[in-house]
Amino acid sequence: MKFRVAVHILPRRGILDPQGKAVTEALHSLGFAEVAEVHVGRHLAIETQADSADAARAAVKAMCDKLLANPVTEDFVIASVEAV
Amino acid sequence: MKVGIIRFPGSNCDEDAWFAIVNDLREQAVMLWHKDTDLQGSDVVILPGGFSYGDYLRAGAIARFSPIMQQVATHAARGGVVIGICNGFQIACEAHLLPGALLRNDVGYRAMPVTIRVERTDSPLTAAATVGQCLTMPIAHGEGRYTASEDDLDRLEQAGQVLFRYVDSAGTPTTQSNPNGSMRNIAGICNANRNVVGLMPHPERAMEPLLGSSDGRVLFESLLATVNA
Repeated sequence: MKFRVAVHILPRRGILDPQGKAVTEALHSLGFAEVAEVHVGRHLAIETQADSADAARAAVKAMCDKLLANPVTEDFVIASVEAV
Repeated sequence: MKVGIIRFPGSNCDEDAWFAIVNDLREQAVMLWHKDTDLQGSDVVILPGGFSYGDYLRAGAIARFSPIMQQVATHAARGGVVIGICNGFQIACEAHLLPGALLRNDVGYRAMPVTIRVERTDSPLTAAATVGQCLTMPIAHGEGRYTASEDDLDRLEQAGQVLFRYVDSAGTPTTQSNPNGSMRNIAGICNANRNVVGLMPHPERAMEPLLGSSDGRVLFESLLATVNA
């Protein structure tokens, strides 16, 4: 079966995120004073073959651990797994 | 001394490293393609600066899986000397040859001369230098902010693995003299076995007065002294 797996990768909380800080400041200068914090990460849409949704999720987790996210500085969330 | 310089798609300081070894140091160098599977008897491996694989995903993340990197890891595990400069430092961290990570600078891309202070001389890249010696050489990077957990940083400091720090003209590590926001002003480190070294500044671009500084020479002379010891 074919699945589309969505992954969010974000800088780990507590680690200085200059990109997120610059975007936060830009939003403040536009008048969105209510914005407390912004973090800029990456979104990956992975189309892959697997026997089940769980197997697709497990495979993408392994891909994140091995390559897609840096275990020292980033966290990842598998946001969705859809059969396509 | 025979130095193997690994050329990845996107490397751009490979020729500078070759020139430093062959023309300035009068030693042997060999260019190794990232798809090679043999280090051709190199005593030292240099992972040069550049933008390997376009810095896609994260700087150094994809270069780590090049076929030659298996040989580099084996060479390092046997105690062989590996030097990662700039993008090479990023690759060495991504390959887990060195601890920590290099994140986007706190102030964007920087290309400028910096001053670094030698913290230790018990490494292949600093053996001929002196502790506290200040060296001026260029940096040119967008992702050089050395980052690790506070615990890991404490362990690195205690083990004497911090080899270089960004300092001001008086030799003091200050916020002002830190070009990228690196934690504890760290510019270069080594692994626990002290045979793998990574640094963001470019000693290979500071080999003769014509280039604005010849302070990089002492680091290459250190390599030579280590290999010949």
